Amino acid sequence: MTSNNNSRREFLRLSSLSGLGLMLGVSSFAKNASIVKLTEEALQLEINPFIIIDNLGNITLVNPRPDMGQGSTQAVPSLLAEELEVSLEKVKLIQSDGKSKYGSQTSGGSSSVRELWEPLRKAGAAAKEMLTETAAKRWGVSVDKCYAEDGRIHQRNSDKSFSYGELADEASKLPIPKNPKLKDSKDFKIIGKTKPRLDVPDRVTGKAVFGMDVDVPGMVYAAILHSPAIHGKIVSIDDAAAKKIPGVIKVMKAERPMPHRTSEAVAVIATNWWAALKAKKALNVTWDNSGLDKMTTDSYFAKSYEAAKAEGINFEEKGDIDQALAHAEKTLEAVYETPFLAHAPIEPENAIAHVKDNGEVEIWAPIQGPDWALRDVAGYLKVKPEQIKINVFLLGGAFGRKAYHDFLLEACFLSKELKKPVKVIWTREDDISQGPYRPGMLSAMRGAVNGKRIAAFHHHAIGESINRQVFNGLKDHEVDDWITGELSAENHKYNLPVWKLSWSNVKTDIPIVWWRSVYASNFAFGQECFMDELAHAAGQDPIEARLAILQDDRFKKVLEVISEKANWKEKLPAGQGRGVAMFKSFGSISACCVTVSKKGDGSVKIDKVVSVIDCGWHVNPDNVKAQTEGNIVMGLTAAIKPGITYAGGMAQQSNFHDYPIMRINEAPEMEIHIVNSGEVPGGVGEPGLPPVAPALANAIFAATGKRLRKLPIDLNEV
Amino acid sequence: MAVYNLNVNGKKVTVDVEPDMPLLWVLRDFAGLKGTKFGCGMALCGACTVHLNGQPIRSCQTPVSSLAKSAKLTTIEGISDGVTLHAVQQAWVEEQVPQCGYCQSGQIMSAVALLKTNPDPSDEDINSAMVGNLCRCGTYDRIRKAIHRAADLSKTSGGGSQKVGKAGGK
Repeated sequence: MTSNNNSRREFLRLSSLSGLGLMLGVSSFAKNASIVKLTEEALQLEINPFIIIDNLGNITLVNPRPDMGQGSTQAVPSLLAEELEVSLEKVKLIQSDGKSKYGSQTSGGSSSVRELWEPLRKAGAAAKEMLTETAAKRWGVSVDKCYAEDGRIHQRNSDKSFSYGELADEASKLPIPKNPKLKDSKDFKIIGKTKPRLDVPDRVTGKAVFGMDVDVPGMVYAAILHSPAIHGKIVSIDDAAAKKIPGVIKVMKAERPMPHRTSEAVAVIATNWWAALKAKKALNVTWDNSGLDKMTTDSYFAKSYEAAKAEGINFEEKGDIDQALAHAEKTLEAVYETPFLAHAPIEPENAIAHVKDNGEVEIWAPIQGPDWALRDVAGYLKVKPEQIKINVFLLGGAFGRKAYHDFLLEACFLSKELKKPVKVIWTREDDISQGPYRPGMLSAMRGAVNGKRIAAFHHHAIGESINRQVFNGLKDHEVDDWITGELSAENHKYNLPVWKLSWSNVKTDIPIVWWRSVYASNFAFGQECFMDELAHAAGQDPIEARLAILQDDRFKKVLEVISEKANWKEKLPAGQGRGVAMFKSFGSISACCVTVSKKGDGSVKIDKVVSVIDCGWHVNPDNVKAQTEGNIVMGLTAAIKPGITYAGGMAQQSNFHDYPIMRINEAPEMEIHIVNSGEVPGGVGEPGLPPVAPALANAIFAATGKRLRKLPIDLNEV
Repeated sequence: MAVYNLNVNGKKVTVDVEPDMPLLWVLRDFAGLKGTKFGCGMALCGACTVHLNGQPIRSCQTPVSSLAKSAKLTTIEGISDGVTLHAVQQAWVEEQVPQCGYCQSGQIMSAVALLKTNPDPSDEDINSAMVGNLCRCGTYDRIRKAIHRAADLSKTSGGGSQKVGKAGGK
């Protein structure tokens, strides 16, 4: 990552322009933050949010992280407000537009606070020092006689003060301090404190504007008939009935550009979306699906189970696993399977594009990353980035889906043809049956136990690679290091004498992409269920067995806290059981404990879920809890609700009746505990999810004696 | 096309639309009321919940022509005046329920209807009244807490609305 671009003007003197006082970019404060490869490799851009303090003292922050419900509209300005000594209410947010001057702008990889923690605080601290120095000069006193509070610089032992607005112009002429002093954490007033999110009132009154709610003048609507068998080709279109529907303007061929291939589609353009949808249903299109009959999830998993029997590409090895297994007192082998999943944000995919005659392009959409969207639109339409204006609106959920721009490029295609703003709205059926999905994956595990100790462990990760399909970024002999990085001993901290990690790529054209917590949501299931199996084989308590091999105090602390908070040591009546799992992802360690009961009819009920997270420094503890609650619900949904299956190139699910997500009556009692380690910030939006499914499966084993190694689990028939 | 005179949030709204157009799209694209959301189009997710004569209905499955002339419709925009919040909205703010918030209009409309008929619901009552409203962000536990809180707020205020509290400080 290039984090210091000195050629860029990080400080702009704009005092000659009326109303703009101090404008500060923070590129010089961006360090080599630990971020996911996603942004590092794909973008090569730096973190560079902009802050403007005007002559009236108004503070504006260009927010480089779109809000999809994860709370970035609070977390991001909090970092600035803390150091600048202003209340959160004083900071006005403008969503960034994707232009490279704003640096990395994608909400993904649970990165908002992790990446902005240092640069935004340093920017706030630098601005505060410049304002303080300006005030000190005016008063003719030393800076230590001055302090900042509530948007003003005060002189100690006096009633003299200046507002930031009164100082901004003059302050802007000072050099930016290279290493401004950051506040001691004990003096934090905002960071680490529970504060209400200021945009919640708009989200309960219907005033919040999501992408779906945007209208622009002159716009037409499009409903798109995608090929039911993904990648089918159009043979003929009978649009006679569709064209008779009032409001329909046009029926036309369209395309769905995905990173790995472009699919054919038919679009209905109408004056309102209901008319477009009705006409879409009235279309009679013949598709050529030849060759697609082999595109099934069954064949994908059959190939994956074959791969499980073969040697994968070795990624990490300590000792000789084959020797260790050959000489062990007890050995275990098991394969764990996780299904394909749709993201299913309640706001379906939608976007408005206007490709103008003069070559300019304007976009209005709920997207996770305006920078990525800018790159994709520029590449697709072959226009320059400076010709594109991107307006990002709130996202009605995303979970990774809205950083994949097929729906946006569909709008671009149609607008280019029609020379009008076109609003594409996907149906729920489009969303669920077209993908992209979390890929289904296998974990083929081998392990050994000697006496009461877990002695050896081999995790063979198998499936399609997001890197390969989305970025064309994986050669056949390479490992997907998003996967191996997460499964590495460096990440899980289990210190075993013998250890191996390997990878096999099983390819598919079923579209895949990152889904909340990415691969961790797949592979934590295998790792943590197998750890439970090994613990039982060693006659050990699953928490004690982990504590015996963990070499990291933070991991141990998280397990100790969950043991205490979930009453792990309490003896449960027959038919009730607890299971535990832990996983580190996106810089945070999370553990989950699920309690279940076996019912007389063979079903299992989830009684309670307790989660613990150590995400280091965090902005709002209540939001950490909210995100972890959400991860419990999404993690349980992934564990117990049907996944996506394909037959004949076609999804066999289409809406919430056959792709159900957890409802309120199924949501168990839950409790979240935060370990305040004071370490560097980790992610919050995703790390709570991976341990949920294995904790559930381990609880079911504890209650029933049954090992369930394939998700989803049908709780009605365990 | 046909002309319909609707009573939405106590105001007359006249639209000229196809008779089979669902109320959802009439509200959103012809009455300019965007607070009611499209989620599934099959009455499976509840994002489009509005009140018809005080009863919660799924507007995505309600053709505009099926509405009686006397029908009184209420949407999320109509349960409070924007200056003060409805007790349910206030409870939602105090419990910090929404994450993305997209489903919450529908959740709130279902909760308002529940509390009208059952001012002090149990968790079981809440689960059965709210089962039709999906939340992908997973705010269910807070929704249960917020409905209990709204029940308490309504008791202490005699059922009236709440001033926008500090938490709602805009």
